[in-house]
Amino acid sequence: MELINDLFAQGVQMMLTLLAAPALVGLVRKVRARLMRRRGPSIFQPYADLFKLARKEALLAHSSSWLFRAAPYVVFAAIWVAAALVPTFASGLMFNWAADILAIVALLATARFALALAGMDVGTAFGGLGASREMMISSLAEPAMLMIVFTIALLAGTTQLSLIAQFMLDQPVGLRVSLGLALIALIIVSVAENGRIPVDNPATHLELTMVHEAMVLEYSGRHLALIEAAAAVKLLLYVSLIMSLFFPVGMAQAGGTPAAMATGMAWWAGKVVLAGALLAFGETAVAKMRLFRVAEFLGGALVLGLLGMILLFVSRSL
Amino acid sequence: MGIAELLLTGLAIMFAIGLWSVFFHAGANRIRATYGAIALACLFLLLPGIGYIIAAPGTVSIVLPLGLPDVGMRLRLDFLSAFFLVVVNLGGAVSSLYAMGYGVHEARPGRVLPFVAAFVAAMNLVILADDAFTFLLAWEMMSLTSWALVMSSREKEAERAGLVYFVMASFSGIMLLFAFGLLAGAGGGYGFEQIRLAPPSGPVATGVLVLVLLGAGSKAGLFPLHVWLPLAHPAAPSHVSALMSAVMTKVAVYGAIRILFDLIGPAMVWWWAIPVLAIAGITTLMGVLYALMQHDLKRLLAYHTVENIGIIFIGLGLAMAFHANGQTAGAALAMGAALLHVFNHSLFKSLLFLGSGAVLHATGERDIDRLGGLIHNMPRTAFFFLVGSAAISALPPLNGFVSEWLTFQSVLASSQLPQMSLKFLIPVTGVMLALAAALAAACFVKAFGVTFLGRPRSDMAGKARETDRFSLVAMGLLATLCLLVGIFPGQAVQALHPVVGFLVGGGLPTEAVTPAVPLSLTPFADGRSSYNGMIIFVFLLVSASFTAWFVHRFASRTTRRTDSWDCGHPEDNPLAQYTAASFSQPIRRVFGANVFSAREQVDMPPPGDNRPARFAVSMDDPAWKYIFTPLSTLVTWVSRRVNVLQQLTIRRYLTLVFFWVVGLLIVVALWN
Amino acid sequence: MLPASLDLLDVTYFLSGSVLVSSFILLYQTRLFGILNAFALQSIILSLAVAWQAMVQQAPHLYVTAVIAFLMKGIFVPLVLRRIVRVLNIHRAVETVVSINLTLLGGIGLTILSIMVVFPIARAADVLVREDLAFALSIILLGMLMMITRRNAVSQVVGFMAMENGLVLAATGARGMPLVVEVSVAFSILIAFFVFGIFIFRIRERFDTIDVDDLSAHRGDAR
Repeated sequence: MELINDLFAQGVQMMLTLLAAPALVGLVRKVRARLMRRRGPSIFQPYADLFKLARKEALLAHSSSWLFRAAPYVVFAAIWVAAALVPTFASGLMFNWAADILAIVALLATARFALALAGMDVGTAFGGLGASREMMISSLAEPAMLMIVFTIALLAGTTQLSLIAQFMLDQPVGLRVSLGLALIALIIVSVAENGRIPVDNPATHLELTMVHEAMVLEYSGRHLALIEAAAAVKLLLYVSLIMSLFFPVGMAQAGGTPAAMATGMAWWAGKVVLAGALLAFGETAVAKMRLFRVAEFLGGALVLGLLGMILLFVSRSL
Repeated sequence: MGIAELLLTGLAIMFAIGLWSVFFHAGANRIRATYGAIALACLFLLLPGIGYIIAAPGTVSIVLPLGLPDVGMRLRLDFLSAFFLVVVNLGGAVSSLYAMGYGVHEARPGRVLPFVAAFVAAMNLVILADDAFTFLLAWEMMSLTSWALVMSSREKEAERAGLVYFVMASFSGIMLLFAFGLLAGAGGGYGFEQIRLAPPSGPVATGVLVLVLLGAGSKAGLFPLHVWLPLAHPAAPSHVSALMSAVMTKVAVYGAIRILFDLIGPAMVWWWAIPVLAIAGITTLMGVLYALMQHDLKRLLAYHTVENIGIIFIGLGLAMAFHANGQTAGAALAMGAALLHVFNHSLFKSLLFLGSGAVLHATGERDIDRLGGLIHNMPRTAFFFLVGSAAISALPPLNGFVSEWLTFQSVLASSQLPQMSLKFLIPVTGVMLALAAALAAACFVKAFGVTFLGRPRSDMAGKARETDRFSLVAMGLLATLCLLVGIFPGQAVQALHPVVGFLVGGGLPTEAVTPAVPLSLTPFADGRSSYNGMIIFVFLLVSASFTAWFVHRFASRTTRRTDSWDCGHPEDNPLAQYTAASFSQPIRRVFGANVFSAREQVDMPPPGDNRPARFAVSMDDPAWKYIFTPLSTLVTWVSRRVNVLQQLTIRRYLTLVFFWVVGLLIVVALWN
Repeated sequence: MLPASLDLLDVTYFLSGSVLVSSFILLYQTRLFGILNAFALQSIILSLAVAWQAMVQQAPHLYVTAVIAFLMKGIFVPLVLRRIVRVLNIHRAVETVVSINLTLLGGIGLTILSIMVVFPIARAADVLVREDLAFALSIILLGMLMMITRRNAVSQVVGFMAMENGLVLAATGARGMPLVVEVSVAFSILIAFFVFGIFIFRIRERFDTIDVDDLSAHRGDAR
């Protein structure tokens, strides 16, 4: 019985992330539009886009291989599994102990690896360009991410996300420079990994500075729908990650009552909406960077993460 | 047959094959039979290794009446040598299996076959040696046979590679000779047993550390002594490249572990970890950066060996730090990570080199900028190479991720160390490791993407054919092993348990976290962090197939082949695709400007001018620029100075000898 | 005065750590206005840290230091420098000698170095003093790093004043430093600032550039 309950909670969480993700994208677009004094499309427009794409036929270039067709599924599955491992409304779900945050980072790396290869598969200049830039950005974002992980893991004594969230809930960790640095660095990394302004512009197409769009340029139909859905899930994943690491308020416990779960869900929804709005504010306030300024931006995040870790080492040796 | 007999039989067969093939190497069937025999002999040595680790029958010692008069030739099988026997002979068996197909096309099999057998035998002998004499003899034999293999090709490049390799191999041999001299001490006990009884301490032990880092380190490829490796490994035939890169470097790692952890063991001091970690961190990062700048497939792989050796040495350095501080759990974790990475690297690096051999044979090209689109004509090779690429890029659910995960966990455990300097150094090493892991993924997107994906950039690449069955079976075997170790990490670590215990006196706990689940990997007994490769794998598989089913069932399943879109202006010329150089350009701009002082020169003619635009990149290799070129200049200078000594008269030579003897006598007199 | 549970250590540590972080923010900037803003930020955090120390140590004279830091370096100096930049129409992008990332990594190295130097020396001292001194030393070193890696006189002035911020942090953390010393330090900085300012004006008038490397060509003893 307990097993079924656990499985159910896990299943609800997976479906919820999948269903809520396009709404978050829609929300960010809506808020941005309002901030620019446009009316903007409905929050639910991304769903319509996904449905439309999924029902169209998929075009394949003559020079594409099986990898091109398989990659969207790999990307989607890897990101979805990673999202399933991040606590959203409750900690300690069924599969949370199967992998820690290092594995989640690595799963996202798997998705990126597959997508970058798919970008190179057709043999167009744009695909290679996107893949090359994506890998450059990730080569700096990933170590920065790991530094953040290290900082938090040192504090909480574990790399298991559920346990970290629990730790942050239970212990008053106080005012710590390291945590603040980790938070800033994590926000920078999230912005870069999700291809948001100022690193990449998700609204762009046919632009020489594009990164993510250049990689998926050849995709159409259901494949494109999967990649877009995966991108939306990834955004939600990062929002949930930031929330569960730094603001785990209101999160339900494993095996909690349905009421507790419902409260947790409400908290989570509120936090996600807030984060989406903040993201939209941030995106309207800043301009996109030159590509090679991105390296400095992410290098800054890496240094912040490292600094946070060193400060933590110092404060621990006191 | 007991373990000892099995081992000796295996060794004897191996040497016999070497001799036999000196005379009989003509004809495809004979070559095939010879490689088959080598693979079989490897199994003779592989099985005792596995059996020993499982059954743990206690140390097996063999004394052969060969070698030095009163020492003999002592061989010994313990947990450490058993583990490395598995690594060496698994690599040997698989690459021989591969060579049953690949080796048939060899231009001059007589220059390759005898040395392959002798090479594998020598590596086995290094691992089994129980006295310094046997160890060094086998070590030199390993160097010489592999040198002969490097020189087997007639390419001009191979000559330079051979020269550099020869110098570095001699250097490494001399350094180890000195190291054993220090270890044996004044008593001259060259048996490992005697050394274990009276291990050196203080400055002598430190001297041994330095010599081992120079000797074994240059063989393994630690920066900046790695320079021979990217020259020599690619020059050999591909199955030999696999042996050299995946196996021989591990034998060097074995040498370092044997001397530092087993022979010196208790005399280890905590600060030894500082130079080891610093060198290892730099090696890791430099290796992958070098690799990113390459467009020769085999050289790229060789540089990745440098990177992975760095990762292994990071694990060893961490193990030293924990071990010297008496923190057994941490030491066990770090050592387990290092050993698992030894095994993993031998798997995926063999796989990748074998794959590059298949590509080389099918197209005659090593330059990936002239390849492309091979996935269409060589689908199986492409798939196996993809598995290897994902494994070396530390992507779950494959094996590379497991050992890097363990290394990261031991980096995290380092906050418990008492020394301030280690507390700072280890996180910085962690950053280097993380950077290297991310850059390795970028590099393999490049290597796989440019070689196998896109459209063919040359006729040869367009006309490639799938490689032979033997090669495919060999690669398939390795790819399967990569996946198996990745999804059963708990079992792999469990198997390493006795080896780790033998070295640092404590094993790795594998008890699962709550809820109790088998197959989980937990680095610490309190079970605070865990990773379960099996669940991740099943999870990925299920969600991917569910998504595929769902989309095909409810959305659409129609596809149409068309021309590529490419933003509306597709370019037919396949040379307009991204190449290796263009792929790594952003990374070169970010890292290369400082590390390699990379410079880009663009020559853009003004409108109306018909001359083609030119773009050139120039880079300096820091190891050559700052260390080896000045060194060789110095050597040339010195040798020019002493050149006069070659044209003396006999009387002058005698005078020289006379004064030398008198001088020595004076030194002796003063000494007493 | 304060509830013990509001970890004194944590707040002090947070503030002095933030000053250090702002030093890194300073190093990260590539535009002149960015540098000035970052410097203002650092000075304001510094004044907060000093004010906090004043409260903890119950040393009223430290409040004066905090106010001086806030008004002079947090508001006045950045505004004046901003005006100078605007009036002289100085090029807004700062040229760096080595890349930003390398500078930042160097900064991390210097931080580690100063912690490793200070901790063993000040082992006997109070925990907070020790950590304060370590941070102060690294801020001073980072200021110097900024001066040597930026080819622009304005950023060198800022680097110099960032060093002074480090000194103030050290002085307040070390306890028992009389106000006189601080005031004199502050004044000497002010003088230095004016001297620099005048220099910038003069250099600009004469050579039409403030890139210090270009100035070397005008050195009398160079050739």
